[in-house]
Amino acid sequence: MATTIDEVYDNTWDDPRKRSPLVTGGLDYGQVTSTVTSIAEAPAPPRIWYILMAISLCLLGMLGVLLLHLIVSGVGVWGNNNPAFWGWPIVNFVFWVGIGHAGTLISAILFLFRQNWRTSINRAAEAMTIFAVVCAGMFPGVHIGRVWVAYWLFPIPTEHLAMWPNFRSPLLWDVFAVGTYATVSTLFWYMGMLPDLATFRDRAKNKWKRMAYGILCLGWTGSARAWHRYEMAYTILAALATPLVLSVHTIVSFDFAVSQLPGWHTTIFPPYFVAGAIFSGFAMVITLLVPARAMFNLQHLITMRHLENMCKIIVATGLMVGFAYTIEFFIAWYSGVKTETQTFIMRAFGPYWWAYWTMFTCNVFIPQLFWFKAVRTSPIAMVVISIFVNIGMWFERFVITVTSLCRDFMPSSWAYFRPTYVDIGMFVGSFGLFMTLFLLFCRFLPVVAMAEVKSVMPHGDEEHH
Amino acid sequence: MQEFNFPNWVNRLFYVGLAGAVVFGGYFANMLFFAIHPDGVNVGHKPRQPVPFSHQLHAGELKMDCRYCHNTVEVAGHAAIPPTATCGNCHGGNRVVAGRTLAVVHPESPLLQPVRTSLEKANEKKGTEPDAVDWIKVHDMPDFVYFNHSAHINRGVSCVSCHGRVDQMLEVQQVKSLSMKFCLDCHRNPTPHLRDPNLVTDLEFKISKEHPQVVDGKRFETQEEYGAYWKDKLGISPNISCSTCHR
Repeated sequence: MATTIDEVYDNTWDDPRKRSPLVTGGLDYGQVTSTVTSIAEAPAPPRIWYILMAISLCLLGMLGVLLLHLIVSGVGVWGNNNPAFWGWPIVNFVFWVGIGHAGTLISAILFLFRQNWRTSINRAAEAMTIFAVVCAGMFPGVHIGRVWVAYWLFPIPTEHLAMWPNFRSPLLWDVFAVGTYATVSTLFWYMGMLPDLATFRDRAKNKWKRMAYGILCLGWTGSARAWHRYEMAYTILAALATPLVLSVHTIVSFDFAVSQLPGWHTTIFPPYFVAGAIFSGFAMVITLLVPARAMFNLQHLITMRHLENMCKIIVATGLMVGFAYTIEFFIAWYSGVKTETQTFIMRAFGPYWWAYWTMFTCNVFIPQLFWFKAVRTSPIAMVVISIFVNIGMWFERFVITVTSLCRDFMPSSWAYFRPTYVDIGMFVGSFGLFMTLFLLFCRFLPVVAMAEVKSVMPHGDEEHH
Repeated sequence: MQEFNFPNWVNRLFYVGLAGAVVFGGYFANMLFFAIHPDGVNVGHKPRQPVPFSHQLHAGELKMDCRYCHNTVEVAGHAAIPPTATCGNCHGGNRVVAGRTLAVVHPESPLLQPVRTSLEKANEKKGTEPDAVDWIKVHDMPDFVYFNHSAHINRGVSCVSCHGRVDQMLEVQQVKSLSMKFCLDCHRNPTPHLRDPNLVTDLEFKISKEHPQVVDGKRFETQEEYGAYWKDKLGISPNISCSTCHR
């Protein structure tokens, strides 16, 4: 049998002679299963889960009330007004869509590149993706004003309009991009979960639980044929999801880049948005997983090496967005276009200087701390930095959306955007929605992909009998 | 292995589920396309008015022109609901205005009491806001739609195109959906609704072999030719961009 489970194991070394283990504490297959299933099998979740759930539900309730207020009163309750018709709702939409990208990168791209360290974190990251897309989809859904005809977003023939959506508009591409993203992510997440759900079913003591997990796992038998088809389907879905990592935020960036507005009409937007999305997504994964692994004792599965790898990705993508911020100024100057130059000077030194420098500090300066190994192996430090990154990435979208709209070609239409309490409340409330879904996921579904983790553990190693 | 599988009856459940999906899907599609169809939702709106004013009597039998009451329709976006004074021209009771005794039609009718009350109050509170009859708007467009009556009336689109045969209505009701599709159908192909601008308030207007229309010595027997003539003559090419109506 294995050595003591609570052995603290540093697996962050980079010694080429020996592969560092991805599961520490000497866990064997059975212990991996019991570690993960114990969360759902425990009669009650830890006390902190209840506290977090209570807070999340309060925020979710606030979101519900504000949504009702918005739908009853109209979008005038937001701060959106001439000239900034895209205010916080669009900022929040881009923010949440971006968050999702890390999950897809971890589950699809790292899978195709055979990055074995993805196995412990992919399930939770994919769940985060789906919940982030739920939050993201809500904002444009209510931004249209008349929520009850939201289906007009889709090219469905109606007797009301006698008109198709504008197929040349990136806003329609967005509907397809986000719709595809939500569908493929959900399929990928759910299909990957089938073997683990079957494990939950097999271990369930209670008849109803067994039935519920039995239905959820679609009668998974674990036969060789089932596994063979599962692996094929998983690879196909990974291949389908891979282009989405790049395409979804590219199309979100087209919402801005295809327009003529100075500060939006730039070709750098697609790569810059994708890098920013992965950057913010990984920050959110760390923000969620560091507390989650402590709450449910998953330190030996989601090890320091996993967290350290994510910190490295944050430094890399952080440098990419930093490069984009800087090169935008060069391009603005090099273009020789007066309005373009003016917009960028206004961004950094105009009335929104505070937003710009919050963004720059949080996204470019603070993540540089991850160059120090002591910082990127300290759970508290990485959570704090990740939260700063997410603040910075929210401000990035705010800076792009609001400063450009408030400083367009015509100085007579310049104005200063102010959010209302509904704007702020709905953004905070969207975290309630996100956290409620994530906490429910942690409690009732396999947080770690048990079957996949076992596939990257050493087989017949000298450490095992 | 059997313990892992669903029981056999689940196979039948699959077909039940499939049937359910088809039924529910059909129901949903029906809701989306027919149940909320503007022809079903909008048409037939017939609010009860404070005074049972009969367009059938006034516009139909008595042949009063629409513009006698809705007098701003040619010059303004809004087709005015007449002030009570307009009613008072005929139903004023025993009143003398500027030395002339007004016509007295049905001076004692209880149905006209709101009109007389409104007129009396107007006399009492001279120069102040009169106590109007609270007519209820029948054709109520959403606030985000801009519609201009004069733009249509002056280009030969008859009242009847949107309001139907008001001259046959005891109580006015909405007979057209007035949905965006309704507007667009005409903006995309206006010919069936165009005529001589002088005839727009002729709700009985007919054109056929038996009822030919003659303009400038030309004889028209079909609406297509007649509408095309006026489209050409008035230079009509309706705008269909979003901001035409959503300003």
